[in-house]
Amino acid sequence: MDCLGSDADCVEALHRLYHFLDGELTDETRLMIELHLDACGPCLDAFDFEMELRRVIASKCRDEIPAGLRERVAQAIEHEALEGS
Amino acid sequence: MQMSSYSGYAPILSIRCRVLVVADQTKFVDQAMQYMPALYSAGLRMTRNPSDAEDLVQETYLRAYRAFGTFQEGTNLKAWLYKILTNAFINSFRARKRRPQEVDVEDVEVLYLYKRLRGTQGGPAAGRSAEDEVLERITDTEVKAAVESLPESFRMTVLLADVEGFSYSEIAEVMDVPIGTVMSRLHRGRRSLQKALLKFVAENGLVSEDVLLKVGERAGTSE
Repeated sequence: MDCLGSDADCVEALHRLYHFLDGELTDETRLMIELHLDACGPCLDAFDFEMELRRVIASKCRDEIPAGLRERVAQAIEHEALEGS
Repeated sequence: MQMSSYSGYAPILSIRCRVLVVADQTKFVDQAMQYMPALYSAGLRMTRNPSDAEDLVQETYLRAYRAFGTFQEGTNLKAWLYKILTNAFINSFRARKRRPQEVDVEDVEVLYLYKRLRGTQGGPAAGRSAEDEVLERITDTEVKAAVESLPESFRMTVLLADVEGFSYSEIAEVMDVPIGTVMSRLHRGRRSLQKALLKFVAENGLVSEDVLLKVGERAGTSE
């Protein structure tokens, strides 16, 4: 079952999916994709999914700094500063 | 600053030097310390070990402090710090661990995850599509495990783009590779990440039996 990407415009849009989401297209190409997405529900759904997935990945890859790391680094820098002077 | 380390007749010159050092140190700390949470997260993804990640972050800040004189004001400090972190990881960290040579990722089709979840029935929350449900319920642990399963160069590229939001040209600068290599690693890395995500999500039972069955069928027949 693969009804995505059968149309030539869909193939073109999918081919540019990551460049589009990354904001790395020329204005002209970006506009072309936007026009296609306005007209093609299946591609719009797929693009939305990819965009949302990226947001989820970014928000779930954060970690708390361990207690004491900030102080440890600050002390190391201070030590380095004194050694170097 | 303590003055106790100065014995009696410290020459005026060394006091001046010390004042300059303190000013330099303060400026560095003011500007660079704010990026520690981001650098630590990236360090943890790369080393996959909290204690190693702490060492890597400390090493990064020390190297950055030593080189701070060469940093050009007004340019991207965060990208500069990531470049140092990347080099520190490659040079001292990976060498110490004697990791094997870089491997490639299996090339996976675009929309891998979406195609496998789309059209399957949602789980407990009736009426929801399976793909929305997965995105909503996926955990930090699953995402981190999937990212950490990528080979190092792909992992770093995906982190820089998708977690930190660097542009292709910034990533090329940070990783010291051509922009074409960035795009290739990023796009392949992302597709591979989707396959890993589906694996972890399925293992942890995030999607319903019904969805899992269909995912299994599709994943099995499409390759």
